[in-house]
Amino acid sequence: MKPLAITAYTATSALGRGLAAMLDALRRGAGGLKPNDFDRAELRAWIGRVAGLEDEPVAGALAEFDCRNNRLAQLGLAQDGFMDAVAQARAKYGAKRVAVLLGTSTSGILQTELAYRTKELQTLRYRYAQNLYSMTDFVRRALALEGPAMTISTACSSSAKVFASAARYIEAGVADAAVVGGVDSLCLTTLHGFSSLQLVSDEPCRPFDAARKGMSIGEAAGFALLQKNESAIALVGYGESSDAYHMSTPQPEGEGALAAMRQALARAGLEPAAIDYVNAHGTATPANDRAEDRAIVRLFGASVPVSSTKGWTGHTLGAAGIVEAVVCFLALEHGLIPATLNSSAIEPGLESQIVLQNRNSRLRHALSNSFGFGGSNCSLVFAA
Amino acid sequence: MGWAAAARVLRGESAFKPEPVARPSVNLLPAAERRRAAPTVAWALAAAQEAVANSGLDAAKLAVVFASSDGDGDIVHRLCTALATPAAAVSPTDFHNSVHNAATGYWSIGARSPAPSTALCAYDSSFAAGLLEAACQVATEGQPVLLVAVDLPYPPPLAVHRPVQHGFAAALALEPGNGLEISVGHDAAPTPSPLPDFKGNAAAACLPLLAALARPGDALVRLPLADGVLQVRKSG
Repeated sequence: MKPLAITAYTATSALGRGLAAMLDALRRGAGGLKPNDFDRAELRAWIGRVAGLEDEPVAGALAEFDCRNNRLAQLGLAQDGFMDAVAQARAKYGAKRVAVLLGTSTSGILQTELAYRTKELQTLRYRYAQNLYSMTDFVRRALALEGPAMTISTACSSSAKVFASAARYIEAGVADAAVVGGVDSLCLTTLHGFSSLQLVSDEPCRPFDAARKGMSIGEAAGFALLQKNESAIALVGYGESSDAYHMSTPQPEGEGALAAMRQALARAGLEPAAIDYVNAHGTATPANDRAEDRAIVRLFGASVPVSSTKGWTGHTLGAAGIVEAVVCFLALEHGLIPATLNSSAIEPGLESQIVLQNRNSRLRHALSNSFGFGGSNCSLVFAA
Repeated sequence: MGWAAAARVLRGESAFKPEPVARPSVNLLPAAERRRAAPTVAWALAAAQEAVANSGLDAAKLAVVFASSDGDGDIVHRLCTALATPAAAVSPTDFHNSVHNAATGYWSIGARSPAPSTALCAYDSSFAAGLLEAACQVATEGQPVLLVAVDLPYPPPLAVHRPVQHGFAAALALEPGNGLEISVGHDAAPTPSPLPDFKGNAAAACLPLLAALARPGDALVRLPLADGVLQVRKSG
């Protein structure tokens, strides 16, 4: 594929608001997970929570969109001059030629969950909160864009797959530029849902570690602006596949993950040896970590540094794709391979080169993996 | 149920008579998955299976785009009811079925297809957004794509917030050079639905297109897409 320029990007997560906070936390080794204090905090778990959302409602013309997920979207949009960069693209191409393609897994479902508890269902604003399009609609209006828009919701690969769709939209001539990314916020469905599957750790998650006990859930908002242009960082490849195996367990040999990574490399026109860093999906569940390790080893051997950044931010689910894309952008721009935080002793049998301490190294190509329930896999390759 | 019966109604050869539709049987799935699949999945897979059979394409190699505004309301209701109790204990099956891409997950298992799949939502524009995504895939990858759309009525107490009278599912197999020309338009009104009873059902927003497909001849259909329309020009 023709490289697609990433001319602006931002992320807000438990590591803080915007890029400087994220980079500073990564450099200092200061992870964002804290003991669960969300809602009634019944679960013994650690979460990656974005501080201050309770105090920053969506107000003004878009007030009917007010819910935790759109508050997080609003906060995320306000960082790193992202709205100004989009305004420039809007001026250059016209509002109708900029698409908005965003991922989420649960949108504003928290509003519905809490209304069921308080029996105040009359207060629901379904279209503006629970519906999966709510966040994309909100962002589109906040950015005054009028191009094609949709929410992709494929569980934890959602905000990776938007990059692939945006590349196709721009290649097919449907848009000249695209705002991509995703927002997922803490809610009871995911906290208790993953817990019902016994996938949630009672300590900070430790991807690939022999003593890991499962995942930590987080929340985040992240955005990137894609266009045909020159820029320091570009999307150069994407790959998508289905496991065709099980709804909530990956294929053990990592077949689907391997297919997605191979496709991404093929689109980028790169050999495996050209990849300098793999940001793994690395959820810290035994099934994911083993299958992903197999897939990485089958493609790269042990020659490429691999880390999961879920120990820093938590697993931000529908926002994981964009958050980890942004980690890759920072890695490429600042020559930083972030550690697999909280992990110290890799599970015997895992063979990929899992990075346990931050490393400084000049990087040209980074690959990011995102895999979701339903066996939905997406790999992205970025170049500096 | 099925395209032949729907096409007769859309051509005006038989009257539209709404009747309860039993949950379609999804013989595509292994027994365990068949038991676990939610109603939206059963409807989606029934439509998908018929479209693929009629297309002659190989299900195991077909990329899939799944479009739905509302997902599965029964599951949302059960999860929210459970989460409102002190124990907040949810069914693990309900939880993994609650993902918007459940239908594509089950489809890939049933069709043994490792091909890419996606699931999307654009509220009332969900069908057009799905068609646009599918058309972009066909145009840029040069491969056929299966588009599946489904929306079912929400149960009470949520139904009042998303009033949908009738369930609807449809599937279209799109191939390169299929005679449909698709473009994004503005400043034009969507084509009225031939079956207004499906008002509020986002998947059923495809009915003007299905009516055009049910008849021979050229047609121009405009489907709602955000503030604009998706224009579909059909030749022949």
